Amino acid sequence: MRPQRVFALTKKEIKRNVREPAVLFMIFLFPIIFVVAFGSSFGGGGNQSVTYQLGVVDWDQPQNPQQDMSQVFITTLTNTKIVNVKTYLDNQTAQSDLSQGKVQAIIIIPSDFSTSINSYQNSPTNSAAWVNTTLPLYLDRGSLIATQAIPPILQQVLNTLINQNQQTPSSPITLQTASLIEVKQFSALDFIAPGMFTFASIFLIMIVGQSFTQDRENGMMKRIRITPTTPTEFITSQVISYMGVALIQAALVFVMVYALGFRPNVGIPTYAFAFLLVLLFSLSNVGFGLITATIAKSSGAATGLAFLFVIPQLFLGTFVGASLSSAAQIAGQFVPSYYVTDALTSLFLRGAAITSQAILIDLAAVSVSCAAILAVGIALYSKYFKI
Amino acid sequence: MKESAILMENLVKKYEDATALDGISLQIEKGELFGLLGPNGAGKTTIINILCGLVKPTSGSATVCGYDVQEQTNKVKDLIGVCLQETAVYPYLTGTENIDLFGNLYTMNKDTLKARRDMLLQKMGLEEEAKRKVSKYSGGMKRRLSLILALIQDPNVAFLDEPTVAMDPQSRHAVWDFVKELKKQDKTIILTTHYMEEAEELCDRVGIIDHGKLIALGTPKDLVSEAGVKNLEEVFIKLTGRNMREGL
Repeated sequence: MRPQRVFALTKKEIKRNVREPAVLFMIFLFPIIFVVAFGSSFGGGGNQSVTYQLGVVDWDQPQNPQQDMSQVFITTLTNTKIVNVKTYLDNQTAQSDLSQGKVQAIIIIPSDFSTSINSYQNSPTNSAAWVNTTLPLYLDRGSLIATQAIPPILQQVLNTLINQNQQTPSSPITLQTASLIEVKQFSALDFIAPGMFTFASIFLIMIVGQSFTQDRENGMMKRIRITPTTPTEFITSQVISYMGVALIQAALVFVMVYALGFRPNVGIPTYAFAFLLVLLFSLSNVGFGLITATIAKSSGAATGLAFLFVIPQLFLGTFVGASLSSAAQIAGQFVPSYYVTDALTSLFLRGAAITSQAILIDLAAVSVSCAAILAVGIALYSKYFKI
Repeated sequence: MKESAILMENLVKKYEDATALDGISLQIEKGELFGLLGPNGAGKTTIINILCGLVKPTSGSATVCGYDVQEQTNKVKDLIGVCLQETAVYPYLTGTENIDLFGNLYTMNKDTLKARRDMLLQKMGLEEEAKRKVSKYSGGMKRRLSLILALIQDPNVAFLDEPTVAMDPQSRHAVWDFVKELKKQDKTIILTTHYMEEAEELCDRVGIIDHGKLIALGTPKDLVSEAGVKNLEEVFIKLTGRNMREGL
């Protein structure tokens, strides 16, 4: 492979993306405009799920085993049918599962929980006799529903447990919402931002499809095939240039969401990893673009056909998917964008570590699916049109 | 006899419903300027596509400078330059950028590329337009640029497929002068054209192709003389029963 050829073709493709107004719009402006529009439209969520995964770390040490109130609390929670309780022996495992999205919240039952409730039941009107305690609650910051729905449910169950009317202001038990990183009120933007990064890259499918069909139509592909340029050199140049575009898109989206208030509390390695995921994802979009160019007989047809791949990825794998039915969300697991968005959500909102199991699974899914799609794209295009 | 630059032996190319080439055998010498004449669909472009390694023949063989076009395609690509029938240039690049791109695809040295680029731009009269985007060029200017792209790497063998189509008479004569200069440099040139005066003016020998067959071969003067007519156009009409431009 001659770097001189790859560099020359990459440079040419970059110039095309910068100089053709339609391409420039599609690659950079359209995703940003669309993201802003969708951001405001879908910010409210709309998840239809009615059960929540709750992790419980039970450290309660009742003085009288007959009055184990933590078990009563867990049973009451389970009986609500709204919460699926998973008990943990230690906080570390529970936190790890929370950071990977396996549970949506963790509540820690302190050692004096039963004592506290018993003290209240013995002297409900004498607050001086109460043993006050606090239940830390850790919420999945990547789930709009979890942050909004779980605290009231838990509060309701606690109130029931101590036979206290919700209107009664005082109680020995305090539900304290903690967080993996810091306690803050999440905006709609925080929840849709991870999907925005994925969203921007999806439109590469259309651009790649158009680029290849245009070059075929105007004889440029033939002209390049006449030169000693190898198919590997040509494809490498395309992949490099579109990965560059994906990188710029991700940076633009980041700047935009940052300006709008998106402030994930993560370090530079996490940002670098997020950009790596977007770059990997761009490979699948180049692959889908090649498949589009194989099917399409003209650049005009390529624009329309690209939506065969754009729409599923857009609706099932980006922030749009969070507003769809659970069936659609299951279907989302068959598109690469789902795993990119899931990984970015875990990284930015749940504070998951790069090396956590959930992130590694997402990375593997993205890598394998993108490599496979790119390979299929190259094989199909090469077979029918030659590169 | 001079060394053979191109050798075709019984080339046949069949598509599903048509025979594009029907047993073409032809030898073109090194340094020869050879004209391939015939109406559209006669098989001229198919011959060029086979010699460039773009299309595989159904049967038969062909070599360029001794290299088999099917087995040693990369060697052949290093030696040839092709001016396509389509005006294939990138509209969003400038003339200079188009030329530099193709020079780099031939892995030309930077200084050599610049010197050759400037020389070709001057010869083709595109110096002043070189920094403009090609989308602003006229059809004739694009054709001239397309010719530069074909010749940027100073190929030993040049295939010029209708190089002067859509050019004004002045540009056409500039191209003719340039082609004559190439010939003086001992380059082998295969020219396809619909313009009989172009073939008569430039070509050492011409081959007339019709329905995939080589129906006449010789110098323009000999063909005219043998047919007992005034010019190549009349030779064509006599041999095929059609006017050259009817096929257009």
